[in-house]
Amino acid sequence: MNAVNAAGWRPAMGGAEEPAEKFATASGDYGLMLEEPLSFELGATDKCGVDIDAPDRAPAPGLSKFLRKAAPNLPGLTEPETMRHYTRLSRQNYAIDLGPFPLGSCTMKHNPRLNEKMARLPGFADVHPLQPQKSVEGALEVIEQLADWLTRLTGMASVAMSPKAGAHGELCGLLCIRAALDARGETRDVVLVPESAHGTNPATAAFAGFKVESIPATPAGRVDLEALKAKLGPNVAGVMITNPNTCGLFEPEMKAIADAVHAAGGYVYCDGANFNAIVGKVRPGDLGVDAMHINLHKTFSTPHGGGGPGAGPVVLSEALAPFAPLPFVTRGADGSIHLVEEENRGEGHARSFGRMVAFHGQMGMFTRALTYMLSHGADGLRQVAEDAVLNANYVLRACEDLLPAPFAKSGPCMHEALFSDAGLAEGFSTLDIAKGLIDEGFHPMTVYFPLVVKGAMLVEPTETESKAGLDRFIASLRSVAERAKNGDESLHTAPHFAPRRRLDETLAARKPVLVWRGDAG
Amino acid sequence: MTRYFTEDHEWIDVEGDTGTVGITDYAQGQLGDITFVELPEVGASVSKGDSVSVVDSVKAASDVYTPVSGAVSDANAALADQPELVNTDAEKGGWLFRVTLSDPAELGGLMDEAAYKVYVESL
Repeated sequence: MNAVNAAGWRPAMGGAEEPAEKFATASGDYGLMLEEPLSFELGATDKCGVDIDAPDRAPAPGLSKFLRKAAPNLPGLTEPETMRHYTRLSRQNYAIDLGPFPLGSCTMKHNPRLNEKMARLPGFADVHPLQPQKSVEGALEVIEQLADWLTRLTGMASVAMSPKAGAHGELCGLLCIRAALDARGETRDVVLVPESAHGTNPATAAFAGFKVESIPATPAGRVDLEALKAKLGPNVAGVMITNPNTCGLFEPEMKAIADAVHAAGGYVYCDGANFNAIVGKVRPGDLGVDAMHINLHKTFSTPHGGGGPGAGPVVLSEALAPFAPLPFVTRGADGSIHLVEEENRGEGHARSFGRMVAFHGQMGMFTRALTYMLSHGADGLRQVAEDAVLNANYVLRACEDLLPAPFAKSGPCMHEALFSDAGLAEGFSTLDIAKGLIDEGFHPMTVYFPLVVKGAMLVEPTETESKAGLDRFIASLRSVAERAKNGDESLHTAPHFAPRRRLDETLAARKPVLVWRGDAG
Repeated sequence: MTRYFTEDHEWIDVEGDTGTVGITDYAQGQLGDITFVELPEVGASVSKGDSVSVVDSVKAASDVYTPVSGAVSDANAALADQPELVNTDAEKGGWLFRVTLSDPAELGGLMDEAAYKVYVESL
């Protein structure tokens, strides 16, 4: 039995035990579950929730033409109304703090509360980017210590801490590669991207002005080394490889790939989004990687999308380190820490490609990530990777008899288990399984990605889940998959028990309604 | 009028020096509900194999490659409001764009209907 409280014991509570028939309530709400209107529907546009003094003087000369002529048409809500609106909405959300979040390639892991406590210390939480440096030495120390951990864990020479997210980090890496090529006096305009890479990789290469050429995957779900070698030449700036890749597999030929790319004069960018599977086990620097971003919110447990922008530090090899963007935190020979900017960049950063952001860092993310590292230690981080991989393999082997696992034969997976929807009853697909999981109380896994697998289902349990938690998820996934194999029609209309039933995604994509228009419709 | 097919699941009807291009019924079935079609600009000069159009579905965004070189002479404006035409009528009303062929010899490398049928069955 995998059910919680299998014995079913509850203290006697007296009173009515059976659920009542659902009847219409006057409010439209049920019990304490509230149906939430839009803020525009809650607040009238002709009222104002705050008391603002009327201006006591005329606007400065020359500014009067900017005076607003019409009311802004925003809903007027008081502070308690606003608080309640967003708190109610948050209760309808599903989060890692509520249950498993098995999104593959998106590493949704528990955010330890100790991280939050440290990030809220006023010396980190309240710093202003324009404060005198002398008054933020502790914060700079955190950035430098985190940078030191990142370079040691990856075996790389240097790290640019200023990029704000994974894709921003990819851009940083490619701009370093561009700067290094410029310094060599070479123009190379092609970036090779394997099919097993993240979708952001070709987008970043195109955004940075490179032409993208695709490398096919082998039947075992890895980069086709021979196909890659065939494409190498004097026009190839580099390759962008995701390792472990989006099929949940380690690229064992990474070193051979890197050697071939380097021999042809190119650079190796590695997408580090899946670093959680190998942290403490493999150092990308030893594999010949020249640049790799690290999603602090994936591997190092800082919140996804919470607390403002993310952080995507980019570790760099000796070859690319001189081109890192400013600002840059560095430790001098005497042990003192400096913030390197344009005015004081000196020899070490004379060839920096420039600046990607106005100010350094995402202090909240840095503090959380360093807290995670210090509280786990190097051995703890290694165990994180081991447990995450063990959990993914447990899910893979527990379901592969029911759901085809296209790459299961090529050995253990890394951080995520990949299934296909082949073999379901006619007319049933991945989407039905995902919706069925919602009825079971689980957030669905990643669906229809990677594209190389038909009807892909990508499950990443992470190290967060206990064996009992995994067993519950597996029991639900197996139950839903069996219903799909047996042609259970009720799956086509799932979810049945969520606040909203199955929405018409096609209609939403074809005719999106993006603006509230009130009664006009 | 002669119809040819590509391995990337485009079809092209050729009449005189004008080719009308769309994606095959098999392709639309694989993509699922089409939500948006990005069409090439009329007048654009294209080379065989260029990605000239993008078909978005609920599952994926897919490039459409022109089977021939030439100049784009027309694009199916109806798809702006009714992208679903590519699902319901892929090989006729759901056409994407027309090209004035610059090198009709390129057609020699394409498949006819029978060959395409065999190709699809082999997938």
